[in-house]
Amino acid sequence: MKLMWFHLMPYTELPDDFRDKNPSVWVDIHSSLFDPKRAHHMYNDFMDELEYAAECGFDAICVNEHHSNGYGLMPSPNLIASSLARRTTDTAICVMGNSLALYNPPTRVAEEFAMIDVISGGRLIAGFPVGTPMDTCYAYGTNPSQLRSRYLEAHDLVIRAWREKDTFAFNGRYNQQRYVNIWPRAIQRPHPPIWIPGGGSVETWQWCAEMDYVYCYLSYYGYKAGQALMDGFWAEMSRIGKDRNPYRAGFLQFVGVGESRQHAYDLYSEAAEYFYGRCLHVDPRWAVPPGYVSEATQAAGIKSQVQQAAGAGAIGSTTGTRFAGVAREMEAIVDRGYVIIGSPDEVAEQLREVARSLNVGHLMLLLQFGNMGKQLCRYNTRLFSDAVMPKLKDVFGEWEDRWWPQPMDAAQRAEVPAFSPRLAAE
Amino acid sequence: MNEPATTTIQDAGLEETIIDINGFATRVWRKGVGPKLGFLAGLGGLPRWMPFLDRLAEQRTVIVPSLPGFPGGDRGHSVLDTHLDWLLAVRETLDKAGLAGADLAGSSVGASLAAEMAAVWPAQVRKLALIAPFGLFDEKNPPTDPWAQRADAVPGLMCANPEIWKAMKAIPDGANSIEWPIEQNRASEAAARIFWPLGNTRLEKRLKLIRAPTLLLWGNEDRIMPISYADRICKALAGPHDLRVIGCAGHLAELDQPGAVAEEILDWTA
Repeated sequence: MKLMWFHLMPYTELPDDFRDKNPSVWVDIHSSLFDPKRAHHMYNDFMDELEYAAECGFDAICVNEHHSNGYGLMPSPNLIASSLARRTTDTAICVMGNSLALYNPPTRVAEEFAMIDVISGGRLIAGFPVGTPMDTCYAYGTNPSQLRSRYLEAHDLVIRAWREKDTFAFNGRYNQQRYVNIWPRAIQRPHPPIWIPGGGSVETWQWCAEMDYVYCYLSYYGYKAGQALMDGFWAEMSRIGKDRNPYRAGFLQFVGVGESRQHAYDLYSEAAEYFYGRCLHVDPRWAVPPGYVSEATQAAGIKSQVQQAAGAGAIGSTTGTRFAGVAREMEAIVDRGYVIIGSPDEVAEQLREVARSLNVGHLMLLLQFGNMGKQLCRYNTRLFSDAVMPKLKDVFGEWEDRWWPQPMDAAQRAEVPAFSPRLAAE
Repeated sequence: MNEPATTTIQDAGLEETIIDINGFATRVWRKGVGPKLGFLAGLGGLPRWMPFLDRLAEQRTVIVPSLPGFPGGDRGHSVLDTHLDWLLAVRETLDKAGLAGADLAGSSVGASLAAEMAAVWPAQVRKLALIAPFGLFDEKNPPTDPWAQRADAVPGLMCANPEIWKAMKAIPDGANSIEWPIEQNRASEAAARIFWPLGNTRLEKRLKLIRAPTLLLWGNEDRIMPISYADRICKALAGPHDLRVIGCAGHLAELDQPGAVAEEILDWTA
């Protein structure tokens, strides 16, 4: 299986009373809470951490896109990915991803992803999320009633821009461009592997299957909450005649490794409670812009609420609605499976079980979360790579991962000199 | 589509007709006698008939076509991508509902479209009555964002008396418990489709084209659209106009004060 190291880049110094004094971590979070000189260190620490994860042997390092968000400091993940392309050599670079409807023209995504693919020698995984309501409809003002059709059209434009050899005209419903002809062209042919982070919409599952894309469920609520959803995904794959190749799917999981379970509990409580307490404090008025949820998904949600006695224990239908019932204390955070903690053996055993029960071949691990500092992050990352990773490498060895980057031969790739700042005396 | 089928659906003389707008079955309600008076509903649309329309129907033939995507308007909004698409769809709706050249009233988002009709096609509207229309945006005094609200805050934003909004939106006995809430969400989506994100369609630039005598009505407790917009609109209107403020009324003043609002409109269009 693939073990991928994911960074959200949370602002790590939200005040203790953040929840009491602020309506939301997202959309209208106040600028006075942002100290650019502190963020200078955060960004550099975070990028160090991603590079360190690559050194430690993780299969991929992952970044993603958020806007006006106190727990996600990457409005442009491509900026980070381009830096990582220069500072790493063999690790896949997973941009998870670019919210296609937000780019005008979406050709920009085809260009920037091609740039990262070329700079990195063909190591890019291209993620195409629709994007959360907070990012797309509120922070970026995209019309929720057009978001999905704009997304699908932008996807078609990007794919054509990657595939077609000659300049072409794109005559879309929302995008018209007379001369589409991107330079550079991606190394991976016909294009980098495409992964789709999504919620529990059957239409998205069917589309991923039809297009042969990886479907990723990037939830902050761990394997227990994810089980029913991934069961639904695999049932749908089976219904439409697709195999159970676990590499069709990706899943996000928070993990904290220590010498023992208690040690891990003590080490990671503060960071976990910071994340679930402050970072997921989102004003419910940002939850459901009208039209964001398709009517088919609304109908399924209403039926399921009826079946589940008015939604007790149900996961909400959008990122925003899911925040309402989140556990914020460490005991419940662990109990509900949001964060897997333990000794290396215990973590390996749990992740083996998670991978098997969810049938997920691409496990995206959050080993930095909340206000976790660089030192603890390195400890978690190193201990995982030394003592957990070896115990998981054999999982799903019987399956082929057809959705993984195909880089240039290492021998053909450019040599990237190590960074060495000039001495002041020179 | 075949010739429209007319069905009397209530014993009080309310008729429902279905017309075809861009391939979507669109409901037209009609009641009363006398000269025609059209009404285009506001945020939330008309999931059910309301007392305000009965008051109008006492003196006029009230014709109430649904707007695309609003209750009775199917998914008509889903094919409208531009402002011009919307205006053409509403123009076609008015024509097929028999409202060409008639008096026209509208509320909130419907008032915005009624104003557009009078501005772009002056012969389309005889006299105009607008209840707190959408379409303008003042940075110093922005309207409340109706699409970024906690669900429990919405009734109090729409009406001075939130119970009236709740009653308007309550699921009737025998209605489909899945379809009904989806239809109400769709009304919100349809409004968002044309007015997202600021409510600013730049209607202000076209107000000078309106020649029809225009009555502006505003609830004194409108918590969506500040009453300062009334002055702005009055300044931009080239034709005869008047402003009346309705007491004890919110954004959808016709819901809070059906009698007072109907009386003003009947007077203006008499």
